[in-house]
Amino acid sequence: MTARANPVGILRAGRLPPSLVMGGIVVALLVALALLGPWIAPYPFDQFNVRARFSPPDAQHWFGTDEFGRDVLSRVLVGARYSLLIGFGASALSLVLGVPLGLVAAYRRDVGGELIMRAVDVMISVPPILLGLLILAVTPPDIWKTILAVGIVYVPIMTRITRSVALGLLAEDFVQAARARGESAFYILFGEILPNAWPPIIVETSLRVTFAILLGSALSFLGLGAQPPMSEWGLMIAQSRPFIEQAPWIGLAPGIVLCILLVSVNLVGEGLREALDPRFAERGSP
Amino acid sequence: MIAYAIRRLLYVVIVVWIMSVLIFAITQALPGNVAYAILGQFATDRQIAELELLLGLKDPWYVQYWRWFSRLLHGDFGQSIIMQRPAGPLVLEAFGRSAILAGIALTLVAISGIWLGTHSATHRGTLSDRVLTLAQYFFIAVPEFFWAILAIILFSVWLGWLPATGYTPIGDSGFGRWLVHLILPVATLVTGLIAHVSRLTRSSMLETLRSPYVLMARAKGLPERLVLRRHALPNALLPTITVLAVDVGILIGGIVVVETVFAYPGLGRLLIFAIEHHDLPLLQAGMMVVTTVYALANLVADLLYAWINPRIRYGGRVA
Repeated sequence: MTARANPVGILRAGRLPPSLVMGGIVVALLVALALLGPWIAPYPFDQFNVRARFSPPDAQHWFGTDEFGRDVLSRVLVGARYSLLIGFGASALSLVLGVPLGLVAAYRRDVGGELIMRAVDVMISVPPILLGLLILAVTPPDIWKTILAVGIVYVPIMTRITRSVALGLLAEDFVQAARARGESAFYILFGEILPNAWPPIIVETSLRVTFAILLGSALSFLGLGAQPPMSEWGLMIAQSRPFIEQAPWIGLAPGIVLCILLVSVNLVGEGLREALDPRFAERGSP
Repeated sequence: MIAYAIRRLLYVVIVVWIMSVLIFAITQALPGNVAYAILGQFATDRQIAELELLLGLKDPWYVQYWRWFSRLLHGDFGQSIIMQRPAGPLVLEAFGRSAILAGIALTLVAISGIWLGTHSATHRGTLSDRVLTLAQYFFIAVPEFFWAILAIILFSVWLGWLPATGYTPIGDSGFGRWLVHLILPVATLVTGLIAHVSRLTRSSMLETLRSPYVLMARAKGLPERLVLRRHALPNALLPTITVLAVDVGILIGGIVVVETVFAYPGLGRLLIFAIEHHDLPLLQAGMMVVTTVYALANLVADLLYAWINPRIRYGGRVA
C-alpha cells in the first residue's frame, strides 16, 4: 500500500451504496428533528392537561396523550435529543478512549502494551449490560453517567480493532521510512498510522452506534438512564407499561421512532462498510 | 487440546477473580455507604458509626475484600438487606428460573438461526432468501423491550391468548400454565438473536460453499445433502459458535430487560431490584453469578470451537 487509503476519496468516486444514502437521509432527518425538537413541538413536553388524559391520537394530539395528559408527539420530539445523545455520545467516547489505547498497544510491544490488551480481554469477558449496571449501580442515575457507562462498555472493542489495524500498518514502508527519519512515536502513531487506519475504525464505529443506542435505551428503560420528568424514548416506553391496555399509543410512538432510528443507523453502518471495506468490495454484496 | 482446555479454564478463573475485585470495589469500597443502606434515611450519625464498626466497614478495603471473598469461596454470599434472608439461596433460585429462559432461548436460537441461515445460503437470490434477509435487517434493530411491549399489546391485550406477566412454578399448577408464562418472554428474547445468528450463518455458509473442498466433494458426485452436512456445515458453523458465545452476552442483557417487563422472577429482575433498593450483598452475589456463568459459557464456546475445528483438534496451536 503505497498510496494512502483515503475514505473521502472512495466516497467521492461516485459509488455511494444505496443503503448509505437511504439510511443517511433518515438519520439526518431524525437528527434535525432532535435538534429542533423543543421549538417545533406543538406543546411543552411536560405540560399536564388533566381533562385530556389518555386521549387517543387525533387532530389535536397526533400521537395521543399520556396518563398526565401530556402530548406524546411533543415528548417524542423533545426526547429525541437524549436518545440520540446517548448513542452518539457513547460511541464518540469509546472512539476517543479506544483508538489511542489501541494505537499505543500496537506500538509498544512491551509490558505496557501487553497490560492494555489483557485489560481489554477481561472487559470483553463481561456481558455488556453487567458492565453498564455495575457502573450505574451505586450512585444515583443521571443521563451523563449512562453515556459514560455505555461508552466505557465499548472501549475494549475499539481498542482491539484499532490495534489490529495499526499492527498491519506498522510493517508498511511509509512507517519504516518515518522511523528511519527519526520521527517521534507520537508522530508515527497519530501522523502516519491513524490517517491510514480510519476506514475500518469508521465502519466499526458506525456499526457500534446501533448497539450503543440499544444499550443506552435499555438502561433508560430499566430506570438507570434519563430520569422523570425528563423525556427519553426508553424511559417513555418503560413508563407506558402500566397503561398498555388502555393507552397503547404512549409506548408505541417512541418505540416505532426508535426502531426507525436503529434501522437507519444500521443501514448507514452497512453502507459505510460496503464503501470503505476493500474485502467487502472485492467479494461483492454477499 | 487438553493443555488448551486447562489454559482456558485458568483464564476463566483469573477473569472471575478480577471481576470479584471490581464488583467489590465499585459496590462496597466506594462511599456508597452500606450502613446508610441498611438503616435508612432516618438513622443518626451515631447509629451509623456503631453499625459500621460492627460490620467491619472501618477496616481497610483489602481486609473487607478478603473477608467477603473468602466467605464467597465457602459458598456464603452474605445476607440480603431488604429480604433479611441469605443472598445465596435467593440468587440461586432466581438463577434457576433465568436458566430456564436462557436455555430454551439459546436452543431455539441455535437451531432456527443455523437452519434459516443455511436455507438462505443454499437458496441464494430466491424469494425466501430475500424475505429473510430483509426481515433480519428489521429484527436485529428492534430493541427487546419494545418487542416485549408489542407482544403484550398483541397477544395479551388484543387477542387475550397469553398472560402478560408472572410465573407459576411447574409443581404448583402443572406444565401447561408454566409453559404459557414462558412463551412471551422467550419469544421476545429470541427474535433479534435468531436474525443475528441466521445472518452470520448465511454469510459464512456462502463463503464455505465457494471453497475448493466443497467443489471437490461435489465433483466426487456426492449428493448435495451430504456435501452440505458432511463438508460445508461443520466449517461454516465455526464462526457461528463464536457468535453464539457473544450472543450469550446479549441474551443476558435481554433477560434483564425481559424479566423486568414480564415480571418474571429471575436473576435479571433480582439485580434490578437490588440496585433499586441499594441491597449491596444481593447485588454483589447476583453479579458474581452472572459473571461466572458468562465466563463459563465462553469457555464452552472456545472448547467447542477447538473440538469442531480439525486444525486445532489435531494438535495445532490456537492463535
